[in-house]
Amino acid sequence: MSKLKYALFTGCTAKQSTPEQLMSTYAVAKKLDIELVELTEASCCGASHLQDYDDFLSLVLNARNIAYAEKHGLTMVTICNTCQLNTAMTKHRLDNNKELKDKVNVKLKEVGLEYKGTSNIIHFLYAIIDDIGLDKISEMVKTPLSQFNIAPFYGCHNIRPSELQNESHKKAENPYNPTSLDDLIIACGGKNVDYEEKNKCCGFHVELQAPKTASILTGNAIAGAMDGNADWMVTPCPLCHLKLDTQTKHAGEAIGREVELPVLHMQQMVGLALGCDAKELGLQHHLVNVDFI
Amino acid sequence: MNNSGITTQKVNFKVFRFNADDDYLPYYEDYNMDVTSEEVVLDILNRIKWDHDGSFSYRRSCRHGICGACAIKVNGRSTLACKESMTTMIETFGTDLVIEPLSIKRAVKDMIIDKGDFWEKHDNIHPFLISDVDENPEHEHIVTPDEAEELLDADLCIQCGACHYACPVVEINDSFMGPAAFAKAYRFEADVRDQAHNERLKELHSPEQGIWDCVKCFECAEACPKDVNPIDKITKLHQMLFKEGVATSNVATRHAVGFKHSIAKHGVLDEGGLVLYSEGPAIVKHIPVALKMFRKGKIVPPWSIPKSNNLDEIQKLIKSSSTVSF
Repeated sequence: MSKLKYALFTGCTAKQSTPEQLMSTYAVAKKLDIELVELTEASCCGASHLQDYDDFLSLVLNARNIAYAEKHGLTMVTICNTCQLNTAMTKHRLDNNKELKDKVNVKLKEVGLEYKGTSNIIHFLYAIIDDIGLDKISEMVKTPLSQFNIAPFYGCHNIRPSELQNESHKKAENPYNPTSLDDLIIACGGKNVDYEEKNKCCGFHVELQAPKTASILTGNAIAGAMDGNADWMVTPCPLCHLKLDTQTKHAGEAIGREVELPVLHMQQMVGLALGCDAKELGLQHHLVNVDFI
Repeated sequence: MNNSGITTQKVNFKVFRFNADDDYLPYYEDYNMDVTSEEVVLDILNRIKWDHDGSFSYRRSCRHGICGACAIKVNGRSTLACKESMTTMIETFGTDLVIEPLSIKRAVKDMIIDKGDFWEKHDNIHPFLISDVDENPEHEHIVTPDEAEELLDADLCIQCGACHYACPVVEINDSFMGPAAFAKAYRFEADVRDQAHNERLKELHSPEQGIWDCVKCFECAEACPKDVNPIDKITKLHQMLFKEGVATSNVATRHAVGFKHSIAKHGVLDEGGLVLYSEGPAIVKHIPVALKMFRKGKIVPPWSIPKSNNLDEIQKLIKSSSTVSF
């Protein structure tokens, strides 16, 4: 089998507020012998807010990002649920509407680019499940996470809208009972915690305009995982991670109880199981202490 | 399987029971039944009532997915009982199924809930065509197929409440209008005959309606049995607010617009810059968390914000492809 190679769309947080996510992505890719070509030309995806203001501009910018992955002839891998949603949504709309695609391409031509629709767009979580496989990951585990109860937190934009999300990967995910992250926890030797909030919203997108709503949702999520006896949570989304790791004080105040759990990025969990060291995975960048790991 | 191709499976149902008149707390009753591949969820509700407990209560009427009365939840998924096949439910969730009302906190009797908040919010957005109609018109008011397309199926809503009670914001914020009301507002906003256009938009933009409080979780899109896709309509209303010049400067509108400014400057997002642009002086409330983040290497100072390669391309595209100004 030839070496796996993806075009990596890092998104913005991985280079600013969640540096540990980018570090652990590269660490895991190295362990799994995956080559990542970073799309250094990519812009922000608009994070599902730019399109509220200017839908066409959002489409053009996302199509440009995809066009760079296409230029490499590679599948685009995302490491943020919201990047995944915005990019995959752009692809879906352009691939199903020739008139719109032509309109976008008129703009891209001004900068010598073209959106063709030739690259798949997939979140890193699903890329490793589809292309490496859970069995293989399980075989490669050096440090099984067997002493940990781990609560998966899926993040909305990887599982909904399910029709769109399931276009990118092989096994259909049921948004009411998602299993991919649970399966990955088990493959890493951990015990998955089942709790009601695992597929719910963390509130990130209204943190500025509706902080109370955002804090209650974050608080409910952490409380649900705590009540399920989780030792820590794991998420594939850096935006969920920001809420769950940095906003515990507000979340606790909003729901009237102290809430705090260590939260790992999906890549950090896999990295730990594969034998990466804590520093390489950026565990020093967490607000909630993860020293016990 | 018999000759007809109809299969039968044993299914365990855990059914929410509650009578607000008698019960202090709700409870769940177990029913084990043989379910055929021909049945829909409503058949199961009927059989519970007819074969097991005549007091079991639920709403039903048209049996054709039109009236919206029988919406309930199966394993957390909103569904129209008369439309949802049991085969799909078993394929999706297996043979242990939990049947619950759309909203547990609004339960009156078993599956029946008090939908008062839904109707009140629905009425609030003036869910009707507001138009000066000539009492003696000389010809029809023609709506072209393209204009009708603009409704984007928002007119298919049957007011079942599935999206409304699937919305996590409705669950925790009583004043939030909810996806169904917003989708209905869009249905009239997009109608070329409607003359209330900017007036309705102005009302929607007021903070208490919460059009900017949608968390973008897509629960409503997933829940709708008619594929109305309410979150898409909420996005369309946001765009209309900007396009029609109704949007005023607030933290949410500045947040949306701030992305464009940041992308124009750096290509990528300047996270701190966006918070400053959105919050203005109110940014001070974020300082305690920001300091903690800074100590953990999670804040990049303004002078070190990364830039996308080929930034000139991005800037050129922003100039040529922008369709709105604010």
